[in-house]
Amino acid sequence: MAVTVSIPTILRTHTGGEKSVEASGKTVLEVIDDIEARHGGLKARLVKDEKLHRFVNVYVNDEDVRFSGGLDAEVKDGDTVTILPAVAGGAR
Amino acid sequence: MFTVLRIRRDLVDAIVAHARRDHPDEACGVIAGPDDGSDRPERFIPMVNAARSPTFYEFDSGDLLKLYREMAANDETPVVIYHSHTATEAYPSRTDIKLAQEPFAHYVLVSTRDADEHEFRSYRIVDGVVTEEPVEVVESYMFANTGSDDVPDA
Repeated sequence: MAVTVSIPTILRTHTGGEKSVEASGKTVLEVIDDIEARHGGLKARLVKDEKLHRFVNVYVNDEDVRFSGGLDAEVKDGDTVTILPAVAGGAR
Repeated sequence: MFTVLRIRRDLVDAIVAHARRDHPDEACGVIAGPDDGSDRPERFIPMVNAARSPTFYEFDSGDLLKLYREMAANDETPVVIYHSHTATEAYPSRTDIKLAQEPFAHYVLVSTRDADEHEFRSYRIVDGVVTEEPVEVVESYMFANTGSDDVPDA
């Protein structure tokens, strides 16, 4: 089950500068764990209290996984997983 | 690291106009530029504030994906990420600092708290450290020694 995972600039320190990496897994969490096994430190930036961090967006193809099961969202062979930090802030 | 934001006047005007238009809600957006180290903001992309709030902004997650795919396809990078503060000064809040996740972007803040005069300031925000930088407003980049594809502005 190979998927391509697109890594944002700020997390490339955890992938040796690579913009995308290959990984395997049947769910988003399995894919993250698979990358973590080779590139330590990434998971802590994405997952907090066993949930996806509020200000990190993960997409399977075009779907924001927040609306399709979160870390349990299904991933199929050939899918693209995109990780993007939210662009957010404000005076509050 | 000493940096400066060098930006065309029409782009500054576009950011301020967007901030005024969305006031009292915060406005937000990006100015993309070539991903070649030239650090040159070129393409103005106003974004919808999905939070529609006077004290918070967030790009819609679907829009965010589209934006980053488009920039990747064009070999662009978010040179400027801007948003407005509508009742406070143009300085990064604790939330801005905590959530800043583009270490190479110029974070531009515009304050629209004064109806007549705006504040326009730029910062680097890296690992929770804010560094204000000067803003140099230019009429065009044509005299800049930053690339070979400069075309004179009309």
